[in-house]
Amino acid sequence: MPNMSQKKNPMPVQDAKLRATNFEEVALGYSPEQARDEALRCLNCKNKPCVSGCPVAVDIPAFLAKVAAGDDEGAYDIISASSSLPAVCGRVCPQENQCEKYCTRGNKGEPVAIGRVERYVADRHLAGDAGAEEPVTPNGHRVAIVGAGPAGLTCAGDLARLGYAVTIFEALHVAGGVLVYGIPEFRLPKRIVAREIEGLKAMGVDIQTNMVIGKVLSVDELFEEGFEAVFLGSGSGLPSFMGIPGENLRGVFSANEFLTRINLMKAYQPGAATPIYRGSQVVVVGGGNVAMDAARCALRLGADQVSIVYRRSHQELPARAEEIEHAKEEGVVFRLLSNPVRILGDDKHCVTGVRCVEMELGEPDESGRRRPMEKRDSEFTIDADCVIMAIGTSPNPLLRTTTPGLESNRRGGLIVEEETGLTTKEMVYAGGDVVTGSATVIMAMGAGKKAAAAIHKALSEKKA
Amino acid sequence: MYRILKKRMLNPSVVLLEIEAPAIAKKAQPGQFIILRVNEQGERIPLTIADFDRQRGSVTVIAQTVGATTELLAAKQEGEFIADFVGPLGVPTHTEGLKKVAVVGGGVGCAIAYPVAKKLHELGCEVHSIVGFRSRGLVILEDEFRAVSDVYRLVSDDGTTGVKGMVTDALKELLDEGHVYDEVLAIGPLVMMKFVCQLTEAYGVKTVVSMNPIMIDGTGMCGGCRLTVGGKTKFACVDGPEFDGHQVDFDEAIDRAATYCEFEQRAHEETCRLLRGGE
Repeated sequence: MPNMSQKKNPMPVQDAKLRATNFEEVALGYSPEQARDEALRCLNCKNKPCVSGCPVAVDIPAFLAKVAAGDDEGAYDIISASSSLPAVCGRVCPQENQCEKYCTRGNKGEPVAIGRVERYVADRHLAGDAGAEEPVTPNGHRVAIVGAGPAGLTCAGDLARLGYAVTIFEALHVAGGVLVYGIPEFRLPKRIVAREIEGLKAMGVDIQTNMVIGKVLSVDELFEEGFEAVFLGSGSGLPSFMGIPGENLRGVFSANEFLTRINLMKAYQPGAATPIYRGSQVVVVGGGNVAMDAARCALRLGADQVSIVYRRSHQELPARAEEIEHAKEEGVVFRLLSNPVRILGDDKHCVTGVRCVEMELGEPDESGRRRPMEKRDSEFTIDADCVIMAIGTSPNPLLRTTTPGLESNRRGGLIVEEETGLTTKEMVYAGGDVVTGSATVIMAMGAGKKAAAAIHKALSEKKA
Repeated sequence: MYRILKKRMLNPSVVLLEIEAPAIAKKAQPGQFIILRVNEQGERIPLTIADFDRQRGSVTVIAQTVGATTELLAAKQEGEFIADFVGPLGVPTHTEGLKKVAVVGGGVGCAIAYPVAKKLHELGCEVHSIVGFRSRGLVILEDEFRAVSDVYRLVSDDGTTGVKGMVTDALKELLDEGHVYDEVLAIGPLVMMKFVCQLTEAYGVKTVVSMNPIMIDGTGMCGGCRLTVGGKTKFACVDGPEFDGHQVDFDEAIDRAATYCEFEQRAHEETCRLLRGGE
């Protein structure tokens, strides 16, 4: 019998006051009892609406049924057939806009907490002694992957399982991409990412760090070296700024810089070699997950006050619901319907505040969200000694500017075929932020997955 | 891990390291840079490529020991390894079509100016090198510069070597003598580059400067290296590191370079203490 409770099992979390002072994981994960109880809320609908909401089409009712029956490892096998990084997705996917959005239980009450159960399954697997995957017979074909972020890792995993010899080239000194430089430890512990990457290595995937493709090797040279297909998952590039006065004052950072110092370079740890600017009054501009991450990191670095400035209303905040809720609980102040017009500085060119204007929402724009418009004579100032711009990025320019034959759109994203990820260059595929600009981990994984299938098809046809 | 093939102290606070990195050596061009980490916990620092040897598969960098990381780097010995070495990054120096160039180097900036002077010399360009140091004991690459320069002017702040004065004085002299340069290339402290640019602007001579701002990834991701050039935000790592000096907002760059000053000073002192054996 299904569990007919209208509410999700609540996620156990670290106390808000305490966690705002440390970088330990906020959400602690379900116990086996909670996971089973939650899995029992699934009605096992015939048409599986949840699956249609998942970018990598995990068979959600099937894995929930396994959990409900106490077969956690069976559940893991089902998830990992579709997802290369289950422990990551369970933590960072915006489930409320994907699988859980379509859950039948959501029509009356809360949807099944699919993400939380997914995380439980993955964590149980990682904690266990589950051994490596069965070795696959090599098929003798080589594929190069540029970028060891969610798109590249997913593509690599899928191809390795099909017997391809896969080499990933990563520009930074560690693999993981945004999972290591962008998403903070308290939301996605780095040991989890490291375990997922170890899993890929155990499958024979070769990861070469410190390799900036487009500089040290060109895409054409990868083909000359014997790779038969190339997947480009080089991620986001230049951080966007607003173009307002004062953005280059001391104390103004892109979220990418601020978060990279903290997450990749561990600048929050005592004795770290990499410096970090510890503001006492911090303003974060933007309303996405990156803005929430930056704000919550600033709190943990000891800021007295952290404000999020976002030009639309609460309803339009693009961040995951849980992150917004957690940020509020921790004491982040939300200045909604507000937009910066200039950043103020002193005679030493240090930030002293942010001049903002109040906004109101008009008619929906091309994104379908109501267009924010400035209210007249509504300017006000927020005192600040640190300002973090978290308003997105444009796709990385390194590959498109160094690879003949790769075409990009007017925003700098690589042009690809929707269904396959094939670029305008033969046997070169792409996916993730290098195509879309700032998007989500799971969207990038979905693109990596599609490209892996397309590469397999193209190379199989070539062989035949 | 990347092996140190050769190490030489050019003066008491400037170290030259030749690093084994065949893939980078194959592609490196003057004007480009690398990013390195000395050890597993280290910070990433950008250093401009001072030389490269495609046959030996090596890249040479020259660093002044100004902070914790460069002290650790200078404490490494030949045959030892550094954790990470990535490149070549940035856009190479444009050398095509240049017939007569003044290369102005200040302090350790001479290490970066030298490979460009060498390349220009090899291309048959007339090279006038103007190099400045605080004092005699700090002079580096003198023989190397002389070998590739048609004119070599050495100046020092205290007059202990060459002519007492600034590089701008020597450059002004050459300009006043009637030398017409296709381009002036200035590499050194921000303040020096700022004043070289002020001078050459008055003379209407195109001037290229090499910027070395705060940077983490070096591939266009972090945005720490942004500068205002011609009123627009540019990223030194992918748009530079070389820019039209007359367009660069030097005052802003000087302010931004000081962002982590206090932290760096503390870390430097701490590292020096540890390297000396915890005195």
